[in-house]
Amino acid sequence: MNVQIFIPCFIDQLYPSVGFSMVKVLEKAGCNVKYNPDQTCCGQPAFNAGFWGDAKDVCIKFIKDFSGEDYIVAPSASCVGFVRNYYSRLFDNSSYHNDVKQLNERLFEFSEFMIKILGVDDVGATLEARATYHDSCAGLRECKIKSEPRQLLNKVKGLELVEMNDVETCCGFGGTFAVKFEPISIAMADQKLTHAIETNAKYIISTDMSCLMHLDGYIKHKGAIIEVMHLAEVLANF
Amino acid sequence: MKGTVASFIAKSTVKTADLEHRRKINFNIEKYNAVVPQGKQQFSDLKLAREGAKNVKWRAVENLASYLEEFEKQITAHGAKVIWAETGEQALVEIGKICKKKKCKTLVKSKSMVTEEIHLNAFLAKHGIQSVETDLGEYIQQLAGEPPYHIVTPAMHKSKEDVAKLFSEKLGTSPDLSPGQLTMVARKTLREKYVQAEVGVTGANFIVADIGAVAITENEGNARLCCAWPKTHIVIAGIEKMLPSLNDLGLFWPLLATYGTGQKLTVYNTLVCGPRRTNENDGPDEMYVILLDNGRTNLLADAKTREALYCIRCGACLNACPVYKNIGGHSYETAYSGPIGSVITPHLKRMNDYKHLSYASSLCGNCTEVCAVKIDLHQLLLENRHEAVKRGYSRLSERIAWKIWKKAGLSRKMMNMGSGWLKNWTVNKMFRGWRKHRSSLSFSQKTFNELWKERNNN
Repeated sequence: MNVQIFIPCFIDQLYPSVGFSMVKVLEKAGCNVKYNPDQTCCGQPAFNAGFWGDAKDVCIKFIKDFSGEDYIVAPSASCVGFVRNYYSRLFDNSSYHNDVKQLNERLFEFSEFMIKILGVDDVGATLEARATYHDSCAGLRECKIKSEPRQLLNKVKGLELVEMNDVETCCGFGGTFAVKFEPISIAMADQKLTHAIETNAKYIISTDMSCLMHLDGYIKHKGAIIEVMHLAEVLANF
Repeated sequence: MKGTVASFIAKSTVKTADLEHRRKINFNIEKYNAVVPQGKQQFSDLKLAREGAKNVKWRAVENLASYLEEFEKQITAHGAKVIWAETGEQALVEIGKICKKKKCKTLVKSKSMVTEEIHLNAFLAKHGIQSVETDLGEYIQQLAGEPPYHIVTPAMHKSKEDVAKLFSEKLGTSPDLSPGQLTMVARKTLREKYVQAEVGVTGANFIVADIGAVAITENEGNARLCCAWPKTHIVIAGIEKMLPSLNDLGLFWPLLATYGTGQKLTVYNTLVCGPRRTNENDGPDEMYVILLDNGRTNLLADAKTREALYCIRCGACLNACPVYKNIGGHSYETAYSGPIGSVITPHLKRMNDYKHLSYASSLCGNCTEVCAVKIDLHQLLLENRHEAVKRGYSRLSERIAWKIWKKAGLSRKMMNMGSGWLKNWTVNKMFRGWRKHRSSLSFSQKTFNELWKERNNN
């Protein structure tokens, strides 16, 4: 099966290893992974800031970069959720209407693709540790992903998955919110981290590197003894 | 930075660091979270109930003008007088006139957010009228000299010990009274006020068009006393409180109760259709209903934001909001706090002064998830952001930054430019706020794009 991968801008720039972990897992699951080297960003940052005109141009590029028939898989529920729920709004009543509709039938977040399309929940990964899973808001509420990552993690050998309290509460990232309203963002991170640490987990795992980037920054600043790991990195551990 | 933004940031910075505040709010909202699922059990199909309610409000708001006229016609026929107020000031002037005519010295009022919106108590005080809050939570807030902290539970941020201490300071009671004893103290004081008051003021949870009624929902019976005992009853209602029919209450009363407080039905639900009639013994001699716009037609005029008028003020979005829970109700400095407040305030007041509230959200979407009438709250926050940018209320530096972002987003070449070192230096310098309580961002020396090309030799 041919699979186009979308590597979100911040993963491209900051965490390329997460992208390669996803490639490794998809290939293990039998996919023929393709990457369009022209790709850039889904357009979400400017859209969320209110600059819909600037966002739109980048969104059009995304639509063009991912035309075709192949499935599109991304290691980020945030980007997938944005394309799914907001492109139709941006391109309502436009010539891109059908392209957007068709794009959304092929676009999946990584864990969702593994379970719903590939039907694979065990790739033979091992991680000898106790871990807790962080539901990203985009995963939970924009993409309705709840069981898929847990199903995958439950098959990881040696991994003990422990749920934290208030697991569905936001970690406080929120894009530019994290900088513009830093004290609020940090207070939210603090409550999230407190709950994660209470589980005695060694790792916080999530579908979204954006939440983890924010949490990791706060963890390191605080000197807390817990680490973050993207779901793809856990599954690529074979 | 504008005064409203600077003040919001200053207040929220203080509150987010206040761990005692965090503890109290988490404790009280946990109690709410524990009871709401019980209330929900009364609905055989909750999704359908919420969608049904949204449809009713859609109909009410889409045909608001004709329903308002129907309401006016019906309630006028029952002897009430309807006053249309375009602004808060107009409403206050009318209330002032009535109070003067009635030689009002003491006024009792029930809990009403719209009276907070128009700053009724301050206006009355200025005119030498004592306005007494009769809802226990609001009474506590009035004693403390604070506005309500929450649209449903005004003293949510106070523990029972805080209230005992406050009563002791203000009323000279023993500082170790139990909640039951404190309630009795308030009750004794308030009972005297109902008898003294010349005028009673209430808000309206709903106004019902077909029978021309004002529906008031409460748990303490105080609103009932406010509208039954004094000789004059003034209702202040936002025009969006409209329900087309009496039959709609069968859905809206349980929905409001469950989402507001986790109850199946709030203890007192009163329908007031007019003043005392000639053959009746009880009730006020006169009843006035002030229908208030005060910016609501700004929301109505725009098809995209109109949905915000469906709100039944249950407060569920506040309880669900992680921003609200961390900064508390007072940091917003608006009558309506939390997600719904951030959505409507820029339209009710000035966009440029309150747009920051729409940005003060991580867009987690939990407000939308819990909304009793399924208002797409977090999408409306995005609409507000877009509207603010469209109206030119953004900084030049921001506009330039997004133009550069767009350039990079349209050019793969540009995204591969510069080493990781250079990017680290630039970005960490640009976003200093990031590093205040977080470690620096660490760019990869090569992008995924470059690494992929190397891997695949192309």
